[in-house]
Amino acid sequence: MGWIVLILIVVVVLYLIGLFNRLVRLRNQTDNSWHQIDVQLQKRADLVPNLVETVKGYAAHERGVFESVTQARSQWQKATTVGEKAEATNMLTGALKSLFAVAENYPELKANQNFLMLQEELAGIEGKIAYARQFYNDSTMSYNNAQQTFPANLFARNFGFNPREYFQVEEAKKAVPKVDFIS
Amino acid sequence: MFQQIRANKQKSFFLMFFFILIIAGMGYLVAYLYDDYFWFGFFLVAAIIINFFAYQYSDSIVLKLSHAKPVEKKDNPYLYNVIEGLAIAAGIPTPKAYIIDDTAPNAFATGRDPKRAVICVTTGLLQKLDRLELEGVIAHEMSHIKNFDIRYMTMVAVLVGTIVLLSDWLRRSFIWGGGRRTRKVSTRGPAALVFVALAIVAVILAPLLASLIKFAISRQREFLADASGAMLTRYPEGLASALDKITKDTEPLEVANKATEHLYIVNPLIEHRSLINNLFSTHPSTEERIRRLRSM
Repeated sequence: MGWIVLILIVVVVLYLIGLFNRLVRLRNQTDNSWHQIDVQLQKRADLVPNLVETVKGYAAHERGVFESVTQARSQWQKATTVGEKAEATNMLTGALKSLFAVAENYPELKANQNFLMLQEELAGIEGKIAYARQFYNDSTMSYNNAQQTFPANLFARNFGFNPREYFQVEEAKKAVPKVDFIS
Repeated sequence: MFQQIRANKQKSFFLMFFFILIIAGMGYLVAYLYDDYFWFGFFLVAAIIINFFAYQYSDSIVLKLSHAKPVEKKDNPYLYNVIEGLAIAAGIPTPKAYIIDDTAPNAFATGRDPKRAVICVTTGLLQKLDRLELEGVIAHEMSHIKNFDIRYMTMVAVLVGTIVLLSDWLRRSFIWGGGRRTRKVSTRGPAALVFVALAIVAVILAPLLASLIKFAISRQREFLADASGAMLTRYPEGLASALDKITKDTEPLEVANKATEHLYIVNPLIEHRSLINNLFSTHPSTEERIRRLRSM
C-alpha cells in the first residue's frame, strides 16, 4: 500500500515538473513572438516621417491624409497594452492605405526612386507584421491551451501563468454591412 | 513535427553509418583484389574523414557546386523581405540568401541547422514569380529548415555523390587496370571466382543502392514541406501556382546534377520530371502536389 502511494506521489510530482517547464517554454515563446511584432511595428512607425516627407514633395495639398497618418503614429507611440497597440496599428494601417491611394494620382511620385524603395520596404514590413501576428496568435493559442486543458487548469494559475490576449485584426472589416430595404 | 525532427537527426546518423559501411566494403573489395590490406584501412579512414567533412561543410560544398552567390539585404531587399517575413512566421532565425544566376526558376535550402541555414533561389525564380508565389516557395524551403530536413538532404547529396564518384572510378579500374595486378583467381578456387563476381556486382550496385536511399527520402518530405509551407503563408494557392509555373518552365538548370537534384523544390533535371510517381523519381509528381495544395 505504501508503495502505491509513493509511486503516485512520484508520478504527480513528475507531471507537475513537466507541466511547469512546458508552460515556461510556451510563455517565453509567446513573449518572444510579441516582441517580434513590436519590432516590426516600430520599424513601420519609424518609416512614416520619411514617407510623409517624400509624398509631401509631390502632393503637399493632401493635408488630411498626412494628418491622419501622423495622428495614428503618435497614438502608436503612446500605446502600451496589447489591445491599445492593436488598435493603433489598425489605424496606422488604414491611414497608410489612404496615403498610398493618394499617391496613385501622382505619376511623378510613383516614379520617384526613394518612394519606390519606401514602398517595397513598407510592403515587406506589412508582410512581416502579418506573419509576426500569426506567429504570436499561434503561440498564444498553444500557451492558453496548455493552461486551460484538464488537468493543467487545476495548477496553471497557482504557478502564476495567465492566459494571453490575442492580437485582433481590425474588427470593422469583419462587420457585416447593413442593408437598408426601406428606401 | 518533433517526430519528424528526431527522425531526421536519427537518419543523418544512420546515413553516416551506412556510408562508412559501403565505402569500407568497397575498400575490402579493393584490398582483396590487390591482396594488400592497406587499402581497406585507407578506405575506412577516408570514409570517416569524408563523413566528418560532409557533416561540417556539406552546405558550402553544395552551394559551391551550384555556383550560388550570397546576396546582401541592400542588393535585393525584395527577396530579403520575403525571407525575413517567413522566418518570423516559422519562428526561426532569418536564413542567409544565396542566388544562382540562371534563368530556370528553382530554389533549395541547405545548412546544418536552423541557425546556419541558407535559402538559395535562381534569378529566374525572382523574375518569373509574383510576390505571393515567391512567398509560397520560400515557405516550403523554410519548412525544410524548420524540420531539419536540410542537413540530412545536404549530407545525402555529398555522401551519395561520393559513392557514385568512387564506384565509377573503381569500375573503371577493374575493367582497365585490374588484370595484371589482381591475385590469381585460379589459386583460390571457384569460391573466389564467385566472390569476385559478387564484388563486381556490388561495385555496380553500390551507386544504385545509394540512389535508392535518396529516392526514398524525398517524397514524403516534399508533401510535408508543402503542407507546412501552406500553414505558414495560410495561402496554399501561392505555392500551387508557383509549382505550376516552375514545372511548366522548360529551361534547364545547368548547375544541378544527380547528386543535388533532390534538394530543389521541383526536380531541376527536366527529363526526371515524371508525370506519374515511379520508383526512381526523387520528387512526387507536381500534379499530385498541386492537387493536394488546392484541396486544402
